Amino acid sequence: MKIAENTFGSKYHVDEKGFYGRFGGAYIPEMLYPNVEELQRNYLAILRDPGFQEEFDQLLRDYVGRPSPLYFAKRLSEKYNAKIYLKREDLNHTGAHKVNNTIGQILLAKRLGKTRIIAETGAGQHGVATATVCALMGLECVVYMGSIDIKRQAPNVARMKMLGATVVPATSGSQTLKDACNEAIRDWINNPVNTHYILGTAAGPHPYPDMVTRFQSVISEEIKKQLLEKTGKANPDYVVACIGGGSNAAGAYYHFLDEPDVKLVAVEAGGKGVHSGHSAATTQLGKLGIIHASKTLLMQTEDGQITEPYSISAGLDYPGIGPLHAHLYETGRATFLNATDDEALQAAYELTRLEGIIPALESSHALAKLGQIALKPDDVVVVCLSGRGDKDMETYIRNLPGNTGGNV
Amino acid sequence: MSNRIDQLFAGKRKGVLNIYCTAGFPELNDTLPVMKALQQNGVDIIELGMPFSDPLADGPVIQDSSTRAISNGMSLKVLFEQLKNLRQEIHVPVLLMGYLNPVLLYGIENFCKKCAEVGVDGAILPDLPMDEYESEYKPVFEKYGLHLVFLVTPETSEERIRKIDSVSKGFIYAVSSSSTTGTDKNMGHQQAYFERLESLKLKNPVLIGFGIKDKATFDAATAHSNGGVIGTAFIRALEQATNLDSAIQQFIAGVK
Repeated sequence: MKIAENTFGSKYHVDEKGFYGRFGGAYIPEMLYPNVEELQRNYLAILRDPGFQEEFDQLLRDYVGRPSPLYFAKRLSEKYNAKIYLKREDLNHTGAHKVNNTIGQILLAKRLGKTRIIAETGAGQHGVATATVCALMGLECVVYMGSIDIKRQAPNVARMKMLGATVVPATSGSQTLKDACNEAIRDWINNPVNTHYILGTAAGPHPYPDMVTRFQSVISEEIKKQLLEKTGKANPDYVVACIGGGSNAAGAYYHFLDEPDVKLVAVEAGGKGVHSGHSAATTQLGKLGIIHASKTLLMQTEDGQITEPYSISAGLDYPGIGPLHAHLYETGRATFLNATDDEALQAAYELTRLEGIIPALESSHALAKLGQIALKPDDVVVVCLSGRGDKDMETYIRNLPGNTGGNV
Repeated sequence: MSNRIDQLFAGKRKGVLNIYCTAGFPELNDTLPVMKALQQNGVDIIELGMPFSDPLADGPVIQDSSTRAISNGMSLKVLFEQLKNLRQEIHVPVLLMGYLNPVLLYGIENFCKKCAEVGVDGAILPDLPMDEYESEYKPVFEKYGLHLVFLVTPETSEERIRKIDSVSKGFIYAVSSSSTTGTDKNMGHQQAYFERLESLKLKNPVLIGFGIKDKATFDAATAHSNGGVIGTAFIRALEQATNLDSAIQQFIAGVK
């Protein structure tokens, strides 16, 4: 694994103070200082420890099922007249890329002597991935989830409970992902000594964005190896990924950040349209601000109150964006597009019929923009298929073309 | 003229009572009437909360009051408008407490300037890192004579407490336990921490906050410090009040 290579000095990696350009940092109240400082001080040393890397690699291989395949999607390629590969994170244990990070963080938590794990979750994928590794390691697990999301995502709530986690409803504010994150942070403030917070995306205070990105960087590390085997070239022309907070994109981009010939494409959730008032396209709608202790682009009112984003996909409706991605947007290193709910749904139906793969709604946003990238027949495109669509079946069935609400 | 916070502590070293209330709560225009009632009942410092949608260091009671204040229409713009003639009636020191995001968007310099104009003496911005304050904002706060108060907790190392003492102005806000506001942890367990803080003989006065709700907890907190801050318990009293003036009088009488 290359999770711990030294990247200081690179324009696109985090600097010693936890910033990507002008984004990032750790805007934490003093009550969180010891916890966050402990992580800042220790995370790289732990990640560099050969024993840690061995255990991480072994679990990713034998438990998660890595490497995940890099699949040449022949019929999809014909449709878009390019060479399209899917990085199959949907085939991981628990069904998404999230588990790469939870495996890494639980091993880190154990090395820090923590006995209790907390996490936030929106759609429940990160909550399930966290509850899974807690069961694996025999650690207490508390997952905060917005009370509205608890109602929307009943199967994942049941999974977490079956795995032994306590699911605590976040009843404050808008009762969705950002509030679940607030409640997890508050729990951490109240339990500073024995608890580790497994944050699920490449956001939050330094070192979380860098730490989560490094655990997810296994995605691009494998892409390089697999592409070289399949095409004789390690670098694709494009890497395309969806972005909410941005953890799968961060992992898919990581080993290509300093390779300017690889074009990075980020697809945000346009919701019902960027200017409809129901969107989660943070780079288009956000201004510089602070959310969950990170300075980044943020959807907010003109008075600086954080607004509630909207997307059909519960994994993308975050009003901020990881600081790495804000930096990639501002420097122009990545191209930011957005897909509406309808475009994402159509892309999901298309992939299902062309390739026999039902993608997660989040990943469908990335697929939805293949037609908007000016692809040439020889272009090699890697799409990060971040998760599988099981959790979204109800939405897919409800929106099936021609479905009028009867039997399906 | 020197800062009102410094003047207060120059004359009073024990039992200083600081009350937190959310601006624009319970109703939008209650900000000044609540402050006046607090002053009349002998409160030494008023800490006015600038409501934020995502107050990470606060518990549900203060968050709910913030949510209500925001839906009442409270914002920094409205607040400074309400405080335009603050010093015609309010003579006790006033601090603004809130989170960095709305202040950043308003502009740090603009914020400090407005505070100076209306007569606000200090600010508490719990998510503004001390390093960033020192490297970027300190000269601006000093230019406008605005004291920035920093927090310490039971987990803060002595070295860091010393550093915070050197940067903080006005007083130090000692969080009584590792918790968000409104968490009911037993004050008795914190005596050792209060004694440790006292023994450090810091240059700044120390006010203890979080978990103070009545005379017993106030006395426990102030035995080893210069005073205490009450927030959640006071917001609860306002929530349940049918008459603000009498509720405030009753609440303060129960503490002093």
